[in-house]
Amino acid sequence: MKLSSRHLIGLEGVPKKDLELILDTAVSFREVLDRPIKKVPPLRGKTVLNLFYEPSTRTRISFDLAEKRLSADSISFSASTSSVKKGESLKDTVRNIEAMKIDMVVVRHKSPGVPYYLTQCMESNIINAGDGQHEHPTQGLLDIFTMRQKYKKIKGLRVLLVGDIKHSRVARSNIWGLKTLGASVAICGPTTLLPYEAERLGVDVYTNIDEAMEGVDVVNILRIQLERQTAGLFPSQREYTNLFGISRERLKRLNKNFTIMHPGPMNRGVEITNEVADSPESVILSQVTNGQAVRMAVLYLLSGVDDKETPTA
Amino acid sequence: MEFDLVIINGQLIDSGFGFSKKADLGIKDGKITKIFEPGKITKKELSALPKEAIIDASNAIVTPGLVDIHVHFREPGREDKETVLTGSQAAAAGGFTTVCCMPNTTPAIDNQETVKFVTSLAEKGDCRVYCIGAITKNREGKELSEIGDLVKAGVVAVSDDGDYVQNPSVMRRALEYARMFKVPVISHAEDKYLVDNGIMNESFTSTKLGMAGNPAVAEEIAVLRDVKLAGFTGSRLHIAHISTAGAVEAVRRAKAAGVKVTAEAAPHHFTLTDDLIEKVFDTNLRVNPPIRTESDRQAVIQGLADGTIDCIASDHAPHTDEEKDTVFDEAPPGMIGLETSLGLAITELVDKGHLTLPDLLQKMSFNPAKIVGLTPNRLAEGEIADLTIFDPDKSWTVKRENFRSKSKNSPFVGRKLKGKVLATIMGGRVTFRQ
Repeated sequence: MKLSSRHLIGLEGVPKKDLELILDTAVSFREVLDRPIKKVPPLRGKTVLNLFYEPSTRTRISFDLAEKRLSADSISFSASTSSVKKGESLKDTVRNIEAMKIDMVVVRHKSPGVPYYLTQCMESNIINAGDGQHEHPTQGLLDIFTMRQKYKKIKGLRVLLVGDIKHSRVARSNIWGLKTLGASVAICGPTTLLPYEAERLGVDVYTNIDEAMEGVDVVNILRIQLERQTAGLFPSQREYTNLFGISRERLKRLNKNFTIMHPGPMNRGVEITNEVADSPESVILSQVTNGQAVRMAVLYLLSGVDDKETPTA
Repeated sequence: MEFDLVIINGQLIDSGFGFSKKADLGIKDGKITKIFEPGKITKKELSALPKEAIIDASNAIVTPGLVDIHVHFREPGREDKETVLTGSQAAAAGGFTTVCCMPNTTPAIDNQETVKFVTSLAEKGDCRVYCIGAITKNREGKELSEIGDLVKAGVVAVSDDGDYVQNPSVMRRALEYARMFKVPVISHAEDKYLVDNGIMNESFTSTKLGMAGNPAVAEEIAVLRDVKLAGFTGSRLHIAHISTAGAVEAVRRAKAAGVKVTAEAAPHHFTLTDDLIEKVFDTNLRVNPPIRTESDRQAVIQGLADGTIDCIASDHAPHTDEEKDTVFDEAPPGMIGLETSLGLAITELVDKGHLTLPDLLQKMSFNPAKIVGLTPNRLAEGEIADLTIFDPDKSWTVKRENFRSKSKNSPFVGRKLKGKVLATIMGGRVTFRQ
């Protein structure tokens, strides 16, 4: 089995069979992470560049570990300590690094479309680790993987995304992936943080959190960036928390066997209370662990290593 | 009779003066000296001329030279993008004999010296170049420029193009003051606060791409404010590059109410829609105001058809490859347009039945000249020989290597167009020949 693309730019338009292949492959890699020796050989000899133009802790470490656990050589690039500071263009930077013979690039950048742009100026496989507010496909996949781990299937699940949908690449990737796999998706947030014509994404749109929670299986709570308040998009953190913060009290309308997710980093006490974040229904740390398995699967499948070889053999 | 140049077998269309006929033209000393009935030009007269002085316009239209009142020639300041000379060559290749340069140069065209400098550069060029002066000093939107001085130096209009005059009181004074000198105020109508950090039209496409949206209402509110001010002051207002359905409707109503307002549309706004940005993020599609939705595009076409929009102007905005070969939000806005304007207009407007060819030519020569107070070019004996000759049926493909412009930032490369310029003549001189 092979993916239909040699890059992972986003989840919009990715066929169901590709999503399922990644998720199924990730199951095997997830199992590797529970072994005493968490390392397998398939990417031996491959070099992966982690190109991070924006700060990141979790995603960057997750990719780095995923690469190491697949036995790839990985190198990291940080915009703040590179020739970017000397005025070198993005294209020149990546082509120079590619000239040192690398095979794959994991990229995070503030501008939407950067991963696509790299596919046009490089030969390497490109994996989007977040491009502006466009997509963050591996986050979408790991969220879906975590849901599937618990519920066994995605079809028929009711998933609610809460918060700043407008500026969220995580929300977009979740919506595309979940819709393709047959989930029913709702979004809820202040009207100023919902994107233009959001309902055309094929989601139910709410501004009342209690109504939105009705009959939901999974609540995925997005980080609220405090600079949105100073930009005038909502009046105060206090009012945001009153209207949209997820507290224990608000969970009552959810379906039995519900799940709480958060892509991190969390603002505890703002969009989520400690009680909810640390509740038995919270799978926030599993998301992080699963993130590695999903990223291993993506790297493995895109690398083009012989697809007859089973990854964990 | 002796001629420097003759044009034979062409179909003459002078829509400003309302005629269309087959005729031959004789040109001498920069003027049209004789209009012949077809075939009346003698063999002797023809044989007296060198081969290159005879233009065979069989199957072609001969029309008064085209006028583009919205171009950016980047000189002084960014000669790496375009110079007055290369810009004029692009204009000639596009069939234009007259252009008006916007003042967002460095320094800005807000003083006599810069007007004189640009005008002097144009003397060696291939089209007539007029300057549009800045409304405010250094285009900062604060204090009026010396508009009287600018007009004395030859500017034909004032505009802070590229920026909206955000302060309504400054715009009111600009309209009032410019009226003294009988020049229109051209508004780049986009409210800065509503544009915010928007880089493409706010739409479902911007939602999908996660790009900051520049909403149609930013343009519409800006147009509404300015037509109100124009009505209040009784001054002449021209709306540059109109792009939304609501803005077209605002101009339509203002005109009906007797406001002295005119408007232009750019070929990209009646040809392209914002969904094209999806998938490939072509930086050549980044432009201000942004390319909009299909319903906006249709409204612009309707506005052209019903006369709400008076003219077509390219907003020719050259940028270097180095600047455009980047990601969408880092690329400067703007695209070149002089060399594709006529072809796009014929393909999108005439061929699809929205405008007749004479109506189109009126919007590309007579009307824009009138808006900036220039004497329209015309086909008559004794008139200056500023002419455009084009084949309205000839198909061609836009190719990067064929652009005369110094910059190549066109999203139309690879597009098949109908309507090709065969020759352009300015003051009896052939400035472009296919």
